[in-house]
Amino acid sequence: MAENERILYCNCTYAKVVPEATKREVLKALCSSGRPFNAVADLCEMSARKDKTLGELAEVENLKVVACFPRAVHWLFSGSGFPLEKKQVQVFNMREKPAGEIISDLLETELQEADSAPATGPAS
Amino acid sequence: MNRLEQKTVKVVVYDGEGSQSISAEESYEAISGLLNNGFTVARITSKSELGISNTTPQLVLGKFDGKQLNGAESGAGASTVRLSEFPSSDPNTVSEIAEQYRQEQDAFDHSSWKPWFPVIDYDRCTNCMQCLSFCLFGVYGVDDEQQIQVQNQDSCKTNCPACSRVCPEVAILFPKYKAGPINGAPVSQDDLDREKMKVDISSLLGGDVYSMLRNRSVQAQSRFSKERSSDKALNERKKCLDKLKQDIDIPAEVLMSLPSSDEILEKAEQAKLRGEEALAAIRNSPNSSKLGSS
Ligand code: SF4
Ligand code: SF4
Repeated sequence: MAENERILYCNCTYAKVVPEATKREVLKALCSSGRPFNAVADLCEMSARKDKTLGELAEVENLKVVACFPRAVHWLFSGSGFPLEKKQVQVFNMREKPAGEIISDLLETELQEADSAPATGPAS
Repeated sequence: MNRLEQKTVKVVVYDGEGSQSISAEESYEAISGLLNNGFTVARITSKSELGISNTTPQLVLGKFDGKQLNGAESGAGASTVRLSEFPSSDPNTVSEIAEQYRQEQDAFDHSSWKPWFPVIDYDRCTNCMQCLSFCLFGVYGVDDEQQIQVQNQDSCKTNCPACSRVCPEVAILFPKYKAGPINGAPVSQDDLDREKMKVDISSLLGGDVYSMLRNRSVQAQSRFSKERSSDKALNERKKCLDKLKQDIDIPAEVLMSLPSSDEILEKAEQAKLRGEEALAAIRNSPNSSKLGSS
């Protein structure tokens, strides 16, 4: 896992716009990965409340958000008063992408990185 | 204190040093149950991650076997950190434990509100104030610099995306809407052309959507009256209303829950006035970089 990285999973609990099967598979994969992650019931709801957790997440250097459309995620953070620096954030769209693709993009690239990393750790 | 300002709690599933391992299945059962019950969750693997909390009370669940997790209960900045045993025999009961904690902390259950409200894409917004002038429910406002803002999210009418249809720039999103670009999907040239067409359609229908809304009570009466339904003018109005419902996708429940015609008129006037005042303030400002355009 890259340094200063955090994964945020949004469960979109209060609407049925994200396919249930996609949410289930992605969450299961996160739980099996052994990695730390944050999971929120509903990012929309937290944005409306200006929840401080969004501020903590917005400060993470390398944030990966698994939710819906990137445009929605970015402006939800912004609307909460905690804008995201676009360059630092990757958004994975569960409304449009199949779970398998999201899981491999989210987790397996890191596995490859780990495989090719020098055993003694980063060079600098 | 309104619903959006109420206190919340956070649940931490701890799977690190000083505790026994929680299996992937247990983790999934517990976390999905918590999310479906409206909790915010963090799965962490190191004690040091506890310190990142703000002042939100935290319930930390782990297989501690009755032992203490040194340092955890004084996590930096956390107002309250409570350690609790992870219920291995039945991970589903995690939600019950969390619910009890929520009640003890006097925190709010936010699951009672469907979070439906507009979100502004400021990369597209030109600050024209059409949304502010349109919304009858005071959802929009302006900040100190006269920049349009969504200020009262919980005043928005659930499932009604009408204001997104009056935005000439397709800058208003409803992330839980069924279709793009309102749901946040990228905006195409076709979308822009279609939005322009909608404005034209509404002007063809009477120039002002509120005049159509005002006819809703007449339409409601006509539904039960054969003589009235034969009235040509009423039929015309009904057609306008149906067209409006179809074009800007206002759910029937929202139309039927609107205030009386007189109140609509009054609120529409107030909304229009707020928009005009904001635009005037922008024009009179020496630093008018946030110039509204229509
Ligand atoms: S951010 Fe997207 S996925 Fe998350 S709750 Fe809002 S609409 Fe649902
Ligand atoms: S209607 Fe005008 S002010 Fe409102 S979001 Fe659209 S462009 Fe911005």
